[in-house]
Amino acid sequence: MTTVSRADRPDDPARDRAFKGDLVALIPHLRAFARTLTGDPTAADDLAQDAMMKAWDARASFEMGTNMKAWTFMILRNQFYSEKRRSWRQSQLDQEAAERTLVAIDDPAAPVALDELRLGLGMLPSEQREALVLVGAGGFAYEEAAEICGCAVGTVKSRVSRARRALQDILDRGEYHRDGAAASEAMGSILAHAERLSNAR
Amino acid sequence: MKQPPRRSGALDEARLRQQAIGARLRQIFDDVVNEPVPDEFLDILRDADARDAGKGR
Repeated sequence: MTTVSRADRPDDPARDRAFKGDLVALIPHLRAFARTLTGDPTAADDLAQDAMMKAWDARASFEMGTNMKAWTFMILRNQFYSEKRRSWRQSQLDQEAAERTLVAIDDPAAPVALDELRLGLGMLPSEQREALVLVGAGGFAYEEAAEICGCAVGTVKSRVSRARRALQDILDRGEYHRDGAAASEAMGSILAHAERLSNAR
Repeated sequence: MKQPPRRSGALDEARLRQQAIGARLRQIFDDVVNEPVPDEFLDILRDADARDAGKGR
């Protein structure tokens, strides 16, 4: 793997210090974004560290005063996809944990449980999940999210709205299956449904 | 399959559900943001900085 040649970088210690301070302040956000992408805390921190170092190595190409949060999120996202780390997500969706979550909630009036939502989030196609997280939790405008994901603003809007619908549906079906069918059957049905939703326009 | 709305309040209910999901989503994200950053992050960055400074001049 090649990194940005350090010899090409203008040597400016004051600029580096300012950059480093900003980068350090963004670490908690990078960790959170990585956690939602991978679903696994250890893998997420590896990813966030890689992204942090990529950003540091590429600091000469960053224009100070522009949106550094969006810039680092883009780096992290590219890193995630380039290493095909979405396979983490698959292994992380451990069937047993899923079943436990689904059967554990038996109060239909209960607010959306965190674990249930984490699980639902994990079932979304990655491009819907990232769009929803960036806009719904990361504090990005649609335009910024589009830049981070390298797609059109309209695409982000449609992904966010599909993600919301799918999540709602996944959660509703989780409740529906609680009383009757076996949890594993429910899981299969939810996964199949999530897939149908994600393929639908 | 989508279920047709059963009653007039269905839309409001859906909106409330979405708000609840949104709040939880932000909570999941913010919980991680509020975690203390593992020392490893700062160590790696400090080492890289020191290495670059050594090379630079």
